[in-house]
Amino acid sequence: MSVPGPFNSNAAAFFGGVKSAWTSVFFLVLMGTYIGIGALAHDFGLSSWWLALSTLLVWAAPAQVILVSALGTGAAPIEVAIAVGLSAIRLFPMVVALLPLLRGPGTRLRELLLPTHFTSVSMWVESLRLLPGMPRVRRVAFCNGLSVGYMGTAATFGFVGYYLAAGLPPLFAGTLLFLTPMSFLISTANNCRQMVDRLALVLGLTLGPLLTYWHVGLDLMWTGVVGGSLAYGVHRLRQAAA
Amino acid sequence: MNAAMNAAMNAAMNAAMNAALAELWPYLLLILVGYLPNEMWRVLGLVLARGLNEDSEIVVWSRAVATAIIAGVIAKLILFSAGALAGIPLSVRIGAAVCGFLAFLAVKRSVFAGVLVGEAVLLLGGFLFAQ
Repeated sequence: MSVPGPFNSNAAAFFGGVKSAWTSVFFLVLMGTYIGIGALAHDFGLSSWWLALSTLLVWAAPAQVILVSALGTGAAPIEVAIAVGLSAIRLFPMVVALLPLLRGPGTRLRELLLPTHFTSVSMWVESLRLLPGMPRVRRVAFCNGLSVGYMGTAATFGFVGYYLAAGLPPLFAGTLLFLTPMSFLISTANNCRQMVDRLALVLGLTLGPLLTYWHVGLDLMWTGVVGGSLAYGVHRLRQAAA
Repeated sequence: MNAAMNAAMNAAMNAAMNAALAELWPYLLLILVGYLPNEMWRVLGLVLARGLNEDSEIVVWSRAVATAIIAGVIAKLILFSAGALAGIPLSVRIGAAVCGFLAFLAVKRSVFAGVLVGEAVLLLGGFLFAQ
């Protein structure tokens, strides 16, 4: 797909961003993901407005899945906070990589606040692909439009999933609920770029249920720290051997 | 006002406050254990946005930790399902996840094909082996 633009005004760049969001592959991804999360929120007894607010404030599907499933099963708040915090570390390097693309000579810090909050996998991938071919003065507006397009899609289909799960027969509601683990499993595997990522995926899949089964406290935190560090350790050993 | 009336009013006010708190509690939790621990990494990126690239060691490690956590959540959602998904037998859930994953690998790493096949197997298995 070619780079959209050039845009004559910030408003045109903003709406160009919204249009890009609605015509990209991530529209379908977000639709499926948030229908699943909506069904999950319904199943765990949270309100549909709570879910919508979490989409606007948290704006990270993995963190929202952790939040919904952990709060819904009555996990201790501190444990949920640690698990959400660990799942979100990836946002840090993403912001670090994105901001140099958005920053021009006259860009003020407050203009970067919204794009910083909007940073998520979908917006990040598309921004890194599209922004370099666009004049610097229009990039923040385009990026905000892109993000509003994605966020609106996610919030809308969160409601759709929520009310579908409420009204459907159990087998179909179960199928909706299965969307979250199924799509996350595959998209996480798809994002694995190196051996270390694939190893972390396998270790997490194994450790998570085992620690839960053994009733280990803070099981998600240990799954992440132990599984991730083991994978990283193997990666370093292989590098040293090579 | 006599003491009994006072006590009744206090009790009513307490009940109203508890009801308000119970309604607001999920939103407070959303801010405290959802928004803040998530957002701090974005803000940190804004503050320290120089000198880190995708291949630095700390980034590789943090990606591995995040991947393992997500994987743990995925496995728990499939194995220890709640609600409507729990009505579909465990073997069907695992079988559907495996089939979906294999379809993803088989069809040119297509996320869409994988999810579609996984869902279809789950629906069929759930229909045939309903509990």
